[in-house]
Amino acid sequence: MRRLLVWMAGGLTLAALNPMALANGWNMPEGVTALSRDIYSLHMIIFWICVVIGVIVFGAMFYSLFRYRHSRGAKAATFHEHTSVEVIWTAIPLLILVAMAVPATATLKTMYDASEADLDVMVTGQQWRWRYDYLGEDVAFTSNLGTPREQISGTSEKGENYLLEVDEPLVLPVGQKVRLLLTSDDVIHSWWVPDLAVKQDAVPGFVNENWVRIDEPGIYRGQCAELCGRDHGFMPVVVEAVEPERFEEWMAQRKEAAQQEAMSADREWGLDELMARGEQTYGAVCAACHQPDGSGSPPAFPALAGNQALLEEPDRHISTVIDGVAGSAMPAFRNTLSPVEIAAVVTYERNAWGNDAGDSVQPSEIAERLAAQGE
Amino acid sequence: MASQLPPKPTPQHSTATAGGMAESGHYRPRGLMRWLLTTNHKEIGTLYLLFSLTMFFIGGIFALVVRAELFQPGLQLVQPEFFNQMTTMHGLIMVFGAIMPAFVGLANWMVPLQIGAPDMALPRLNNFSFWLLPVAFLLLLSTLLMPGGGPNFGWTFYAPLSTTYAPPSTSFFILSLHLAGISSILGAINIIATILNLRAPGMRMMDMPLFVWTWLITAFLLIAVMPVLAGVITMMLMDINFGTSFFNAAGGGDPVLFQHLFWFFGHPEVYIMILPAFGIVSAIIPTFSRKRLFGYASMVYATAAIAILSFMVWAHHMFIVGLPLVAELFFMYTTMLIAVPTGVKVFNWVATMFRGSISFEPPMLFALAFVVQFTVGGFSGLMLAIAPADFQYHDTYFVVAHFHYVLVPGALFAILAGAYYWLPKWTGHYPPLRLSQWHFWLSVIGVNLTFFPMHFSGLAGMPRRIPDYALQFADFNLASSLGGFLFGASQLLFVLVIIKCVRGGEKAPAKAWEGAEDLEWSVPSPAPLHTFETPPTFHPREH
Repeated sequence: MRRLLVWMAGGLTLAALNPMALANGWNMPEGVTALSRDIYSLHMIIFWICVVIGVIVFGAMFYSLFRYRHSRGAKAATFHEHTSVEVIWTAIPLLILVAMAVPATATLKTMYDASEADLDVMVTGQQWRWRYDYLGEDVAFTSNLGTPREQISGTSEKGENYLLEVDEPLVLPVGQKVRLLLTSDDVIHSWWVPDLAVKQDAVPGFVNENWVRIDEPGIYRGQCAELCGRDHGFMPVVVEAVEPERFEEWMAQRKEAAQQEAMSADREWGLDELMARGEQTYGAVCAACHQPDGSGSPPAFPALAGNQALLEEPDRHISTVIDGVAGSAMPAFRNTLSPVEIAAVVTYERNAWGNDAGDSVQPSEIAERLAAQGE
Repeated sequence: MASQLPPKPTPQHSTATAGGMAESGHYRPRGLMRWLLTTNHKEIGTLYLLFSLTMFFIGGIFALVVRAELFQPGLQLVQPEFFNQMTTMHGLIMVFGAIMPAFVGLANWMVPLQIGAPDMALPRLNNFSFWLLPVAFLLLLSTLLMPGGGPNFGWTFYAPLSTTYAPPSTSFFILSLHLAGISSILGAINIIATILNLRAPGMRMMDMPLFVWTWLITAFLLIAVMPVLAGVITMMLMDINFGTSFFNAAGGGDPVLFQHLFWFFGHPEVYIMILPAFGIVSAIIPTFSRKRLFGYASMVYATAAIAILSFMVWAHHMFIVGLPLVAELFFMYTTMLIAVPTGVKVFNWVATMFRGSISFEPPMLFALAFVVQFTVGGFSGLMLAIAPADFQYHDTYFVVAHFHYVLVPGALFAILAGAYYWLPKWTGHYPPLRLSQWHFWLSVIGVNLTFFPMHFSGLAGMPRRIPDYALQFADFNLASSLGGFLFGASQLLFVLVIIKCVRGGEKAPAKAWEGAEDLEWSVPSPAPLHTFETPPTFHPREH
């Protein structure tokens, strides 16, 4: 037993000295915004208050434990109350708390002032990805976990940013006040980036507000903080903060790409082309529930491979993807996916994993359906 | 000033003030039926304690599954679906199946003995409240075997994850929680009826031991909030099965309403799990300091203040859900206020030890560890109360560290302290000293190795309830997992202590501890099945 203890103590010391643990910190990050630094200093003030109180209280306690030991023949005193002492140790903590509440209130007021923003970004949580919509700019995309499955299952070496990397980060300009509007399509998620000190729930049916003004360019990583189902741990947030000029360039590129995507909905797509695009979209969007091999996880998530209803009713298949299934975990992809992506993914599901419908769905069909629904 | 007394029971035997032969000539079933039908507070207390111990090990195994998966980054042992069921079931079982029944068991055993009552006021109801629990928890555990698995939405079961997106077994989960809730309400009614009506002649409210006081207040909290829980899970049931939309935004419902209702129950609930612990520690520290509890009256008032404040702080669990600024400020201020009465309690315990004559028997060791570790949990609670900082702490391992410090090195240590303190009264034997000390030290090392690093992983940015994590959290998780297994394994020593203590060991006199003062120490050890059939004469100490 004693050897086990020694071994454990040794292990802990090694862990404590591990340079990686030290480099990444034991404490809250100070962050890269004025607010994150305010929050950090509140955290440190209240921490040191606790340390001082702890030293006094535990000091008095351990002093008593050593000084008044029965084994040393200590005789117990008989006092058992003292009004003025009791009043003092009720009043002093109260005063400390009032002193603490003042800066906390000021910081909170600043955090709640999201007015006069330079840029509005809508952040939508979905099981299990984030969707970013630059309001008024016609630029929107989803941001999925970028870590390959092989790293998670341990069949390949884990990368430096394991579980904290995405396919497309949220790009924001530094020095500008960015208002974040948060909501969710399904369950409650929570968008959190420690370095920005922004954590805000994304609640279905609500639009929450928060804001950030980043001081330094860089890549800031965080995660979903509210349990949102199976892949809650695989829903990272990555923010890339860039100089405003670079942000403008990036925005122009995104706009052009979005336009091309919209135009390509009008042309005729071949089956192979749709399958290739569909596989990509399926992997990013559908595979989390319906599994990469289409086997699903019944009863919550039906299998798509060999699904007769799906094969026999192409029309219902399309409407399920567009409108979702009310009262279930299947979301509506009407606003999340482009017509090309919907057409591609439906085509893929109809012809992958031994499914042999043989038909393809054209993006133009989907675009027409969406337009008809819009009216 | 004497409160209204119940009619004096006619003594059946002229001999006994505290003796117990009253069962002679009274039909007593044997074997299993004895335990199924018992209405005796000591037997029911034992049942509660054994049930709680069993649940503690089951919930502990679930926790160890979680800790084993988190031992290193990557998914090794379980898939995320099962991981989520494990975290959820661990929480539900520990809260509703281990900690709460343990306190009810201690109340069953000790409240009648401490107030000089012959039994609980409502013995048949007492039997019913206990036997609801095994049914409730068998039902809950059986959901793990149902298609789609058991509850996987966290012990706080936030809608709509627990309604629209929940596994089909959720209706069974709701039923089991209803049963456990009824059990708690009935138990609370019984405790209040007992304390208010069955005190020994001459024992005023302000003469009651603090364990009795804290349980009286806890019982009122239970009656106040358990119906709220029942209401919220019934709304879930309707949303799942009858097409209502209380919490479904698509139907005009409000997912945040769920959280308000849940935490209006949930915050008093966390004090339900700590107030009786205060009572136990307030009995043990004076006993082994050989000095009266410092500030008895302020202890009672502080307990009542904490209970009242507990109804006004619930939304501090929801600081990032999008509350308006005024609500944030209100709940931040009320939450900070809780530190004041809680501080008073800690100061009073320290003042009780100051200039006492202190010895370190096993119950005292656990009580002292409680004071230190609970205070650590209190400090992180104070930090969490600061709403702006909570935007960083919320839903991270810092919160996990906080509530485990209050519940495991806090409430659970107080339960263990209580068990060591009263084992001589229950079994007639002192717990084996060496083994108890091993249990204590391994538990202290294990529990702190488990939960202290969680402060760091949380501050460094690790969210709670994730089955896999980024590489920078690996060292902290490694330490937590090692600590968790050490702590879990060392609890087997506790089982050994109980078995040894039941089977033999150094005989304990009626007053098993030199400095013990309350009424339970006036009856023989082990306490006979029936005690105080004639109310004892109680001599209050002057205040």
